[in-house]
Amino acid sequence: MSTEKPLPVIDHDSAPYWQAAHEGRLDIPLCGDCGKHHFYPRAICPHCHSDNLKFDTVSGRGEVHTFTIARRPAGPAFADDVPYVVALIELEEGPRMMSRIQTDDPEKVHIGAKVEVTFVKATDEITFPYFRMT
Amino acid sequence: MKNGRDPVIVGLADAPIEDGKFVTKASVLGHAALVAKAAVEEAGLTLDDVDGLLTAGMWGVPGPGQLATVTLGEYLGIMPTYVDGTNIGGSAFEAHVAHAAMALREGYCEVALIVYSSDQKSLRSRNLGGRPSVLSMQHETPYGMPTPVGGYAMAAQRHMHEYGTTSENLAEIAVATRKWAQLNPAATRRDPLSVDDVLSSTMISEPLHLLDCCLVTDGAGAIVMTTAERAKDLKTKPVGVKGYGEAHTHWAIGEMPDLARLLPAQKAGETAMKMAGVSHSDIDVVEVYDSFTITVLLTLEALGFCKIGEGGDFVSGQRTAPGGAFPMNTNGGGLSALHPGMYGMFLLIEATRQLRGVCGDRQVAGAETALVHGTGGTLSSGATVILQKD
Ligand SMILES: [Zn+2]
Repeated sequence: MSTEKPLPVIDHDSAPYWQAAHEGRLDIPLCGDCGKHHFYPRAICPHCHSDNLKFDTVSGRGEVHTFTIARRPAGPAFADDVPYVVALIELEEGPRMMSRIQTDDPEKVHIGAKVEVTFVKATDEITFPYFRMT
Repeated sequence: MKNGRDPVIVGLADAPIEDGKFVTKASVLGHAALVAKAAVEEAGLTLDDVDGLLTAGMWGVPGPGQLATVTLGEYLGIMPTYVDGTNIGGSAFEAHVAHAAMALREGYCEVALIVYSSDQKSLRSRNLGGRPSVLSMQHETPYGMPTPVGGYAMAAQRHMHEYGTTSENLAEIAVATRKWAQLNPAATRRDPLSVDDVLSSTMISEPLHLLDCCLVTDGAGAIVMTTAERAKDLKTKPVGVKGYGEAHTHWAIGEMPDLARLLPAQKAGETAMKMAGVSHSDIDVVEVYDSFTITVLLTLEALGFCKIGEGGDFVSGQRTAPGGAFPMNTNGGGLSALHPGMYGMFLLIEATRQLRGVCGDRQVAGAETALVHGTGGTLSSGATVILQKD
């Protein structure tokens, strides 16, 4: 591959999330005050603005909220992947997260499809939570 | 009630482009300066009269464009005492009109100049290689999200799922817009276009085809605003800024509260129409941001021209085309006229020209009130302006 794929620039908000993914868990912030999960990880809860947050291991199950089949890549780094499915996953716990659907048949992906997380190692440090249809 | 400090538009200019590229040889700031000069001179003013400077741009970022008003003020050789570099994407210039209107009313400036320039086509700089994978984008870019089209595709997919909107509905918008472009000698794409042409064009990011997407061109434009009182001594017939509103909800498309509803447009539109004291039936011509066909559909619904979910029906039968019941994007829009990255400037220019009655073959007869709505980012921000012939 001529161009390396972009990797996340990890910061203090996201470090526990990426560390958990590296260890094969989907951990996202849970608010100790309003009881809601959120994603992406922040220093305050976007629902009630509390800073009483901890990372919680969630089920990894959810459904496709919406998606697109990329027929053109998002730059040369993704050229070998085309066609590929980028999807917004609504987790059972409520929050939505962007990811990829791992599938041999992009045409089979549809809104409402049940999915579960699967961890795909990119480098020694970075593992991505992808999803596959169940 | 009329007031001497009511804000009005008194000057405008845009740069000639051919095959999507600037005709004149000048830098991106050079083009900004040339349209700025032309716009103030049209009004019978000079650049030395300008005390309010508003702009948004991406000139050599990181670099000069980070402090856009400062960079442009330096290039123009002026010392503005009111500035606004608000950058909320393509809707920035609608917000600038609002901010300039408030500054004029307040007596904080007398002559406000709003400028935009981009040479993205000549530079071949439009970045479709993904956004830097930092902050919220670390949770999007690594998955290969095609930007910006992927986010719009996801909204379109959701709208189709919830309301049964079809690719044909979206294509109607591209076709109607092309018909307006055919009436505009300055438009970039003027060849005939059919719904089938749109549907058979290359699929980019499902469900959006190549011809659902705006052009990539150069472009520069400028608008001059002053007070109704000052306008009496100027050369042009003023167009009144009667109402405005703005809002934004998200940057990452995954954070959009409802992917099938454009909340910023709903909020901004309500605010602007209420301020102007106009209802939908008062609007004679509509200029709304058409980065993608789906953008238009979501905007028309959110602005209340039809019910949420009924946009597909609303635009069918070439309703928005020349001769249709709903004249919209009368210069040929971002889809067929020009799209230099932040297109909102050109919505304002076209609406003002329609209200001046100088649009030739594409003139909407008797146009007295126009609604302009810009959308920026990835369906992120919205700003509405209501303009009226004085
Ligand atoms: Zn909370």
